[in-house]
Amino acid sequence: MRAPLAAARASAVLLLAACAGEYPQTTFEPVTDFGVLINEVFAITVWWTMGILVVVLSLIIVAAIRFRETPDSPEPEQVHGNVKLEIAWTIVPAIIVVMILVPTVSAIFETQRRPSEDALTIEVIGHQWWWEFRYPEYDVVTANLAYMPTGREIHLQMHSADVIHSFWVPRLGGKRDVNPRPRQAEGEAQHSTHLLFTISEPGRYAGQCAEFCGDSHAIMRIEVEAVAPDAFEAWVADMKAPPREPLPLEGDTAATPAPPPGALPVPTGTGQRVSAGRPDSLIFEGKRVFSSSTCVACHTIEGVSSGPLGPNLTLFGRRLTVGAGALPNTLENVEAWIRDPVAVKAGAQMPGAERPWGAFPATGLSDAEIRAVAAYLTSLK
Amino acid sequence: MATLEAHAPPAAQPRGTRSIIWDYMTTVDHKKIGILYFLTSLFFLVVGGLEAILIRIQLMRPGNEFVSAEVYNQLFTMHGTTMVFLMGMPIAVAFFNYIVPLQIGARDVAFPRLNALSYWIFLFGGIFINASFLIGAAPNGGWFGYANLTSSEFSPGLNIDFWVLGLQALGAASIMGGVNFVATIINLRAPGMRLMRMPLFTWMAFITSFLIITALPVFAVALFLVTFDRFWGTVFFQVSAGGDPVLWQHLFWMFGHPEVYILILPAFGIISEVIPTFSRKPLFGYAVMVYSAALIALIGWGAWAHHMFATGLGPIADAFFTVSTMIIAIPTGVKIFNWIATMWGGKIRFTTAMLFAVGAVALFTVGGVSGVMHATSPHDLQQTDTYFVVAHFHYVLIGGTVMGVFAGIFYWFPKVTGRFMNETLGRWFFWLYFVGMNLTFFPMHFAGLLGMPRRIFTYAPELNLTTINFVTSMGAFLQVPAVLLLVYNLWISVRRGAPAGTNPWNAATLEWATESPPAEHNFNTTPVVHSREPLWVEPAKMEEAARGPMEHIHLPPPSYWPILTAAGVVATMALFMTNLWWAPLIGLAWTMIGAINWAFEPTH
Amino acid sequence: MENTAAMPAPHGPGHGPGESAHAAHPPTATGLNTWKLGFWIFMGSETLFFGTLISTYMVYKHESVTGPYPTDLLDIPLTSVSTFVLLMSSLAMVIALDGFQRNNRKVGLWGLMGVIILGATFLGFQAYEFTHFYHEGLTLQTNLFGSSFFVLTGFHGAHVTIGVIWLLILWLESFRGRFAVTNEHALKVEIAGLYWHFVDIVWIAIFTLIYLIE
Repeated sequence: MRAPLAAARASAVLLLAACAGEYPQTTFEPVTDFGVLINEVFAITVWWTMGILVVVLSLIIVAAIRFRETPDSPEPEQVHGNVKLEIAWTIVPAIIVVMILVPTVSAIFETQRRPSEDALTIEVIGHQWWWEFRYPEYDVVTANLAYMPTGREIHLQMHSADVIHSFWVPRLGGKRDVNPRPRQAEGEAQHSTHLLFTISEPGRYAGQCAEFCGDSHAIMRIEVEAVAPDAFEAWVADMKAPPREPLPLEGDTAATPAPPPGALPVPTGTGQRVSAGRPDSLIFEGKRVFSSSTCVACHTIEGVSSGPLGPNLTLFGRRLTVGAGALPNTLENVEAWIRDPVAVKAGAQMPGAERPWGAFPATGLSDAEIRAVAAYLTSLK
Repeated sequence: MATLEAHAPPAAQPRGTRSIIWDYMTTVDHKKIGILYFLTSLFFLVVGGLEAILIRIQLMRPGNEFVSAEVYNQLFTMHGTTMVFLMGMPIAVAFFNYIVPLQIGARDVAFPRLNALSYWIFLFGGIFINASFLIGAAPNGGWFGYANLTSSEFSPGLNIDFWVLGLQALGAASIMGGVNFVATIINLRAPGMRLMRMPLFTWMAFITSFLIITALPVFAVALFLVTFDRFWGTVFFQVSAGGDPVLWQHLFWMFGHPEVYILILPAFGIISEVIPTFSRKPLFGYAVMVYSAALIALIGWGAWAHHMFATGLGPIADAFFTVSTMIIAIPTGVKIFNWIATMWGGKIRFTTAMLFAVGAVALFTVGGVSGVMHATSPHDLQQTDTYFVVAHFHYVLIGGTVMGVFAGIFYWFPKVTGRFMNETLGRWFFWLYFVGMNLTFFPMHFAGLLGMPRRIFTYAPELNLTTINFVTSMGAFLQVPAVLLLVYNLWISVRRGAPAGTNPWNAATLEWATESPPAEHNFNTTPVVHSREPLWVEPAKMEEAARGPMEHIHLPPPSYWPILTAAGVVATMALFMTNLWWAPLIGLAWTMIGAINWAFEPTH
Repeated sequence: MENTAAMPAPHGPGHGPGESAHAAHPPTATGLNTWKLGFWIFMGSETLFFGTLISTYMVYKHESVTGPYPTDLLDIPLTSVSTFVLLMSSLAMVIALDGFQRNNRKVGLWGLMGVIILGATFLGFQAYEFTHFYHEGLTLQTNLFGSSFFVLTGFHGAHVTIGVIWLLILWLESFRGRFAVTNEHALKVEIAGLYWHFVDIVWIAIFTLIYLIE
């Protein structure tokens, strides 16, 4: 009994050692007060329960070895019980349970307190299979990549547009379900779920939907870009500024090459969004195609279009992925996405060049047009 | 007047395959029904296991394209549904059927034909749900089937129809079984077999049956609500009409949490038989073992929303369910210590059955402590819906339930067949399974805490979870030869196992007084019991009762109405899917005809 | 035969109503008849079933976003009459059982017929109520009130219907004298009566919680 058990444990330890490295979705390295608090409570539970586990497994192993039948072992004494012992191993676990319960219950109320006055409220809306983020304070809307300031309490106020989702960015703390809102009679408040945390470190934090929500539940990822307050303000300014018109070709010589995916984009705060280092003429063409196609029926690009249904594409070029995590955000992948979203992501609710979706007709874009639109979108930084 | 002689053909007379099949189709003998339950559950264990293997192939590396998202979602839904409803519950019922009447000194269960009906509905219902694979529309909403994803708006296909209708039938079968066993255990105990003298396994069957008859009706209603939403346009979970999908979660987990105990308590019962037998000591703290199980079942009814800590019920509800859940840990811990105390000071023989029983205690404890970690509800917000939870409940349900069941198979096989299972193969099976199981599920704890959600058909390579998933998959593959070894062992042992005699383990409970396999009427005369360990205290009297001179015995005759009525019930469900309002009425009429003929069938 | 009668299997299964007289009351561990016990257990299960349905109704009571609302439609005087009818049927059931138990076949038959007629009358009231609501614009699909009301009372009505059919079969049996009025026959009536009283009690709960409480 003992050897394989130990082997299993050892292999797990080795395993951890072998793959030590970056875990973008680890729960062990929280960067919020919320995440730190719940890990502290967790640590208390882990120590107590591991203690119990060690005691129980040791007792089993000792009993298995010591009382194994041997040719000369005597007939065992027929014991039916022992009241004192049984009371002891009822009371000791009960005490341990209380030791765990006290900090746990206090943390329940602490993590679900009311948001402070100056908390930044972000409305999170889950869709099959992407995320919408609304910043009522700034009148800004974005999708899949949320910017959040460090050092300021953030209050996520969440609901779903269709089925139940769950917002989970492990390094920001625990998850919370994102429920559809049952319609209420006139004048009643609509129900949301909430998360409350203050981020302490800037960085890009990955997460994804944690409640099974249909076909592409696995491809409903979240990126959170935590930045210093002034950089956050700069981002807001970028989001609100009218996009710069694509320049003639010579303008591109000054442009920097596109940063590799994963690098932090540098918010400039100048409203210069077209800086992709690609021939401007293609971007220019892309903008024209985008504006004149059915794209605008669903997608908003600040200052260009105002479609209410699909993800907001303002500053799309800053996102790491296309399709809420379906593919890395490269020119080719964006092209593939526009050509046939369903081929990239099961159930994607968007028409392709030839494939209609629901009541929405196919876009009918040619390959050249698709390339231009992709170039335009990836240029929006 | 039918007599025993009329129903039990002499063993010497060889019977053709056809007559054996007809015999089993019409049988009302609890032992034969138990065998049917066992073989069917074993089959579904293999089916559910295959689904798990496909899942593990898909997750072996990131971005794998072995199966599509749609197929994957069907696989994990059917894996969960199969393992809970078609394997976990019925395999426990298989043991209840075979063992409980023998342990309490009864001829059969209280309602033998109802017992047959339960089995046939279970079989047909299981086939019905799995038939969905043939048309590529297996249920795909998860075994928990959260509304409103299961509405026709978001799941327009037949997938969820199969699920709600099939589970409705299976649930009805379970309730009938539950009623039957509660009545059996209350009323058919042999003289002197007081409640507090009942073997622990019978006690667990009793408590489990209580949970079944109370929890399953809640699930039945929940399923009806979804069914009516889908077929008749009711608005129970329609958000635009004010319907609240969270209601489904409450109803589902009000059933679902007791369901967890329905799955684990029978295994506790088996363990509580096996450990005393092979330690040559009575169970330590019998009364406490009974009360703690009853307490677990009772508090289990007030703990359902610990599955919903992330739902957003608010801090007061979260605190309440945190406390109630933590309290369950106490009686559960008591059980574990009592098992160890039973071993302590004993004379332990490590047969395969004992290995599995002790292994089950150890692995269940691992699952138990991670359960306490979930109950730490603020951190459960990190754990829930991740592989940490998958690790937890597989330690409970495989470590506890399945290993317990394996212990039961090796323990009672000699009683059922009169032959031993092969112990060498058994040991190989145990160690292979033990290693494979731990290799599969232990790394999952870390996969979850390192950010792997459940129910995802693909994951990004950047998550750096490739190695963990690969190891997990290897562990899962290791379980395949283990289970094949079990099947092979069963196959050869039935034919060529060493003869076992009536009480090969020198066990204490009444079933071991009977012939192996027991005569159709179980006991030649009803034994009179004076203690908890009748075969240790007065073996001669018990054997005299079981195998001595026979009194005149009346046994209920076989009947084909249960199987016909069961076919009617499942046909009603299947015809519902035609969406013709009159079609289910055909099935209903069929069921009624079956039921009425049944009611007027002479039982003499 | 005599041998068997002299030595009934003490714990034989399946000795329910429908079996011969000597087996009607085999000794059991508790002394309770197994069928009666089984039925009590089944009704425990049914209690949870209706409890869940009633809870669903209560949860959604004020959540309908469009009318008609409960207050617009529920007719307390009318339903009080149908409730009274159902209560009287339970009384008739008591009389019927008493008749059979005291070997008074006539009282038993008239009592049973009373239960059947009153039960059918209750169903008539329900049919009227359902059609009336339908004409007032309340269907299964209209709103949460419609869905939860019709499903709850519909399931109850189905139980009453099954009860009426069951009692009808029992009545025919008694009338044709297929079975002499025996303890066993009285037991069959008693079990049907248990079911009937249960369905009646469920209705009292529904009437109180759904109709009377605002």
